[in-house]
Amino acid sequence: MKRGGLLLLVLPSVVYLLVMFVYPFAYGVFLSLHPAKGAAGASLANYLAFFGDPWQLRTIAVTASLAVPNTIVTVVLALTVAYAMRRGIWAERTITALLVLPIALGTVLVAEGINGFYGPKGWLNQGLQAAGLGDPPRLTHNYTGVMIALFVQHFPFCFLMLLGYISGIDPALEASARVLGARPWVVFRRVMWPLIAPGAAIAFALVFVMNFGVFPSAVLVGQPAGATRTIAIAAYQQAFEHCDMSMASAIAVVMGLCQLLGLAIVVGLRGRLAATGVATVGAGKR
Amino acid sequence: MIGRLRFRLSKHFGAKNVLDDFALEVRGGEFVTFLGPSGCGKSTALNLLAGLLAPSAGEIWLDDQRLDPLPPERRGFGMVFQNYALFPHLSVFDNVAFGLDVRRVSRAEVDERVRRMLALVKLEGFEARYPAQLSGGQQQRVAIARALVIEPRVLLLDEPLSNLDAKLRLEMRAEIKRLHQGLGLTSIYVTHDQAEALSLSDRIVVMREGRVMQVGAPADIHDRPRNLFVADFVGYRNVIPLTVTARGADDRVTAEGAGLALSGRCEAAAGAAVLAAVRPEDLRLTDDARGPSVARGTVRLVEYQGREYDVEVALESGVVLKARLPTAPKVGSVVALALDSARVVLLPPEGAA
Ligand SMILES: Nc1ncnc2c1ncn2[C@@H]1O[C@H](COP(=O)(O)OP(=O)(O)O)[C@@H](O)[C@H]1O
Ligand SMILES: [Mg+2]
Repeated sequence: MKRGGLLLLVLPSVVYLLVMFVYPFAYGVFLSLHPAKGAAGASLANYLAFFGDPWQLRTIAVTASLAVPNTIVTVVLALTVAYAMRRGIWAERTITALLVLPIALGTVLVAEGINGFYGPKGWLNQGLQAAGLGDPPRLTHNYTGVMIALFVQHFPFCFLMLLGYISGIDPALEASARVLGARPWVVFRRVMWPLIAPGAAIAFALVFVMNFGVFPSAVLVGQPAGATRTIAIAAYQQAFEHCDMSMASAIAVVMGLCQLLGLAIVVGLRGRLAATGVATVGAGKR
Repeated sequence: MIGRLRFRLSKHFGAKNVLDDFALEVRGGEFVTFLGPSGCGKSTALNLLAGLLAPSAGEIWLDDQRLDPLPPERRGFGMVFQNYALFPHLSVFDNVAFGLDVRRVSRAEVDERVRRMLALVKLEGFEARYPAQLSGGQQQRVAIARALVIEPRVLLLDEPLSNLDAKLRLEMRAEIKRLHQGLGLTSIYVTHDQAEALSLSDRIVVMREGRVMQVGAPADIHDRPRNLFVADFVGYRNVIPLTVTARGADDRVTAEGAGLALSGRCEAAAGAAVLAAVRPEDLRLTDDARGPSVARGTVRLVEYQGREYDVEVALESGVVLKARLPTAPKVGSVVALALDSARVVLLPPEGAA
């Protein structure tokens, strides 16, 4: 009876997972293995075509060149700011609200904003020219533009996540480390960082996955035909410009595998940290 | 003797005055307790001494060194927190070794001192465990060992026993006393538990809302509270309003009211109102219903407390006395309670102190 009840409770979420995630994913993999033209049976033709075409294969490198540095910069900066704010600061609510704004506005509006501010005729350039500082470097419709857009979108998310994590650590841990003779930097390195590391790893993994799937920003403030032709753009073009759902699915699967690889590396690094005695436990007991 | 600590501290958070010119001089080797109800500023005082908070005004001196400009890591204090604050990612050994490691003590010496300290708190064999694998009492021992291994100039303890169960609390209390005496420490202990304060301290500072209400040896505080607040806090559960009727030399007064006439010492003029504070355990049943220090009343409530009974007796004057008696009178019966005049404390009314 008890077990039956539990099963009933779990059932809706299992059905939801199956219908919303497992089925589309499995269907995508199936589709990718059955190319539109050619043999009726399963074949790896789509994957061979992707990896055999330098123009397509290049998208992995392009996406990684955006995703990896951007993730590192985002997490490091978010960590720094969140750590500095761990005991609360003046006007914290206002600042937090401002930071949440980009999340609430959505990708497209943020991209528009970036064009308006950093674009060739944007405020920044006009201001610099008015100040007689000449022509600044191009900041939009290239690699830099996408980096800025990704940072603006993902920093607040990463920051809020880390702030929640860090402020959940018992302040008495830091206090006792100080009284025991540790300077602030030593407290961070020996006490706080080991406790923050698991949360930082999760934040890193999530930001990386979001960065790797970059699409609207790469189109709107990037150079989608060249420097910022990411793997998501390649998949989109196959699906809606070449009407080849099967090939698009194959590219999407490759993208998913790259994201999984990124996650695996992060998890592996965490494991290494744990093996050396750092980062074995989550946030401090409250 | 070194380790003489002198301070005078004020602290306010915004408009809220949490400590108001809190001053004390602690002798080297002395065990001083800050005793007071929750929220009276005990932890704030301790955190100011440790350097974890900055005072709004004041100074801290240890022997000839001024400490208040120094950050916590340069004060050389040991501190034990209520929730132990052990580093969850470090083993017992590494927790205890932390203060030595950050001082760059050699590996061999760290090893030697940590082992010696773990032996002192009876935790040999637990070196490799993590805090989550220890009981509350064991965690507390690790926290104490971690604070003591650096040979602190002053040991600060913030309600270190309040998270332990009653039996363990008694054990650890004895342990703390033993360590304090054995190591010749200067210790400041914070608690809201009067029994802890009385049993551990050389001197007790009773606090209320950031102010010192009384400073004295445990026996002073226990037997001669100077005001109603302290009396109430250390177990004088009965307060009887009286009026001074006669006044002799040396502050000796006689006061009457509620059908009683009691004598004692109090700075009060004839005709002034005073309060008689009486502990429940200083009342006893008597057959001799006459006499000035015998109160007659009706038993209203009897509660068994194991071995003894808590009894409430309503006097004819309306005053209700709480007594702790070895036998249980019948509810509704009329009894006579004798007050031991020598153990009654006469106090000025609240506000006049
Ligand atoms: N950071 C703070 N900001 C504002 N008020 C505080 C702060 N810390 C403590 N207080 C206030 O100071 C008073 C004393 O606190 P505390 O020293 O922790 O009391 P105790 O340890 O005696 O229970 C309390 O009323 C508390 O609300
Ligand atoms: Mg406290």
